[in-house]
Amino acid sequence: MFSAVNTGGIRGMDAYPVRVEVDLSRGLPCFELVGSAGNEVKEARERVQIALKNEGVALPVSKITVNLSPADIRKEGTGYDLPIAAGLLACMGMFPASAFQNTAFLGELALNGEVRRINGVLPIVIALKKAGIDIFLVPAANAGECAAVPGIRTVGLKSVRELIDYLKADEAERCRCFPPYTKWKTEKAEAGKKDFAQVCGQESAKRAAEVAAAGFHHLMLAGAPGTGKTMIAERIPGILPPMSEEEKLEVSAIYSIAGKLESEGLMENRPFLAPHHTVSPQAMAGGGRIPRPGLLSLAHRGILFLDEMPEFSSAVLEVLRQPMEERRVHIDRSHGSYTYPADFMLVCAMNPCPCGYFPDRNRCNCSPADIRRYLGRISGPILDRIDMITEAAPVAVKDLYEAKAGEDTDTIRQRVLQARERQQFRYRGSRYRFNGELPGSEVKKYCFPTFDGQRFLEQMEEAGQISARAFHKILRLARTTADLAGSEEIGQAHLAEAICYNSGRRRFWNQMAM
Amino acid sequence: MQKKEEIQAQQPFAHWLNRVEGIGGAWARRLVEVFGTPEEVYRASEKSLLAVVGSSRLEELLKAQKNEVYEAYESMERDNIVFIPCYHPDYPKRLLQIPDSPFGVYVKGRVLKDCERSVAIVGARNCSAYGRYVADAFARELAKEGVAVISGMAKGIDGVAQNGALAAGGRTYAVLGCGVDICYPASHERLYEEICRTGGVLSTYPPKTAPTPKLFPPRNRIISGLSDAVLVVEARQKSGTLITVDMALEQGREVYVVPGRITDRLSDGCNRLLLQGAGMAISPAQMIKELSETVWRSCPQEAQDGADSRVKDVAAGNTETGITAAEKYSGQEKALLSLLDFYPISMEQIYIMAQNEKLLCGLKLPQLMELLLKLIARGMVADEGGYYGLKKPI
Repeated sequence: MFSAVNTGGIRGMDAYPVRVEVDLSRGLPCFELVGSAGNEVKEARERVQIALKNEGVALPVSKITVNLSPADIRKEGTGYDLPIAAGLLACMGMFPASAFQNTAFLGELALNGEVRRINGVLPIVIALKKAGIDIFLVPAANAGECAAVPGIRTVGLKSVRELIDYLKADEAERCRCFPPYTKWKTEKAEAGKKDFAQVCGQESAKRAAEVAAAGFHHLMLAGAPGTGKTMIAERIPGILPPMSEEEKLEVSAIYSIAGKLESEGLMENRPFLAPHHTVSPQAMAGGGRIPRPGLLSLAHRGILFLDEMPEFSSAVLEVLRQPMEERRVHIDRSHGSYTYPADFMLVCAMNPCPCGYFPDRNRCNCSPADIRRYLGRISGPILDRIDMITEAAPVAVKDLYEAKAGEDTDTIRQRVLQARERQQFRYRGSRYRFNGELPGSEVKKYCFPTFDGQRFLEQMEEAGQISARAFHKILRLARTTADLAGSEEIGQAHLAEAICYNSGRRRFWNQMAM
Repeated sequence: MQKKEEIQAQQPFAHWLNRVEGIGGAWARRLVEVFGTPEEVYRASEKSLLAVVGSSRLEELLKAQKNEVYEAYESMERDNIVFIPCYHPDYPKRLLQIPDSPFGVYVKGRVLKDCERSVAIVGARNCSAYGRYVADAFARELAKEGVAVISGMAKGIDGVAQNGALAAGGRTYAVLGCGVDICYPASHERLYEEICRTGGVLSTYPPKTAPTPKLFPPRNRIISGLSDAVLVVEARQKSGTLITVDMALEQGREVYVVPGRITDRLSDGCNRLLLQGAGMAISPAQMIKELSETVWRSCPQEAQDGADSRVKDVAAGNTETGITAAEKYSGQEKALLSLLDFYPISMEQIYIMAQNEKLLCGLKLPQLMELLLKLIARGMVADEGGYYGLKKPI
């Protein structure tokens, strides 16, 4: 007897269909599993045999052969348990082969017959749907993410018994016992919890956060300890435009592969990742013998926040270089190369000097050499990719009492959304979405200052305020400030703001020659 | 030893004598006095030396007598470094007057002439923008006046002052705490070369002496010794600058101090000196005028010419030469300038203060930034990497 079952596997970010072929033939009783199976896949033999036994299904005494096709791609993961079990049951003649039509199986089995959650369901379902499959039998714990893909039928299974029940039942009974997941539970965004209104003062840093969010610019917050840099960074996701359905699927797929999709369904909020500074380069970029997405990819379409940036090892910081430029991560292994998306907004915070109180000479006694060494931990190429540097001022206790509540997240987000719309309109038909993505060569095409603005730029160049190197950065940033102001023209005030966000960079380059 | 050729022939031996361990300026001079020339000291017998120096110094001298003389001197000459012993006509007379006067100085470039007027500008390495501005302004004015600026080429005030003097086309001399062939700090490479070219780099230590902390306090006495007056720009309560001041007072040099705010730790040392009765320097012109009336009264007329015309300016009430700008500013610009100080502050602090200003409170951040940048373009405001302060007094 022979049967074939559809399932899928993951390689890097890509999912591909796999056919599980099961054959029962006469011969010495044994259980062979072939087709470039990894360790955990080979172990499926034990799990399937015992799970079926404990569900009351005795395997026939015969030679069992399972092939995973295509046989030349190495299979990893535990999702093959359920399809192998289903194939075996079909071979034993428990239900007709037609029961498998347009159906795919995914899931891991426990020895007691339970079906357990696996990683990477979402991208596999998307890939298999393209291959024409529309019924998915997945672990109940993965049903939410599976159902997020429109136009398919999701059946969440808790045990092998349910699998058997489903396959034996006719259509009417199936609908009764296994109501299709039509809509996944949507989690309301955690609004109100972390709001910009809670940040006292720091108007310039808040404004910088707004500009950064509007144009997806990388942002650096410098300032003394306790000025609220972390507070502001944590609130930036709240003002970012909500993710589109497409983006949600994209981000959820990464989380699914990484096994971090905890909620029932898709990722609703933009990711916000704040790794500790002891993080390793591999954890950052992704890696392992079988590569998995790293923090950079988990922050895709969201925010990667590096608090105390100079404390991160230089190897970790250098890992950021390629993703910040190409917006993805390449990992090469002897058995192949993998590409993970990594289109994140970098927000980093640091002190202006080792003690943190520069330029207040009464509190800070760091020598220029100390400061240079401290700032020097952030290499030029990384700094070059950060569009905005802003300073958070020390806050006096008096200010905390007197401060009137600032703008709240909703008000700021409205402006960000408007700026976002302007950008969407401007970049329609091109591959860019945000001003922050514009490469230097494209800046001229989209950002032109007014006549006054040009004269202002010339004046600023004469005053040594801008260099040719920073010119494109400033124009790109001014494009965003103009968008926030609802202006299609880039005027003096827009440029002035952009120049101010750029001047912090000078502290790094010419850390006071004297 | 009066003839030039004679002195020239003695140079290698003078260089040798200066390098003998344990023989300071006073002993070296004494030896030359007794034996006549450094060469005689080199060739002196154990017995005759013992009559002059003690046994411990004798040992060092005898050890040194075995060393090669010409080779070291020639390699120094190849590096364009000159040794000027105290009996040399070029040796600055001012150094002869000070206690513990050095036996000789090494010079790269030129050495200060006796007729040249000179002021030392010293201060904190880790100085503030205010200190930088003041040091630069004083150095420029002094340089325009033809006064040589003397300093230690250190980071901070020293370097700023010497750069300022060079920028104004003046002459400046650096006294190092290491060999004159070593540029310390290394980041002052350009300043060092420029000083070598137009002024001179001096040291009492032989070439190739590496900078070590204990070498620096003694060089401070040379800085003050070479100058007619010492100007202290910024100094903390305990600092190397105050050592220079002590030396200057010991040597009978004028001490001028730039006052600072009592809340600034960087000015504590300065204000304390003022309390003790040091001269107060409130503008370059005022200081030059006072010095012209006292220390420089006897200076040759030609050197005084420039100063005279300047003194007239002072009398006319234009006390802050080159500092006051009579430019017109709008009300908002004036209000913004009034918020700023020499101490750079961040945009956020400017914004907070602007909230309390009638003319500025209506402005949003971008407009405030525009206003600020326009003042930068006009050279009134300095941008120190995201922190903003005044570039010159309003």
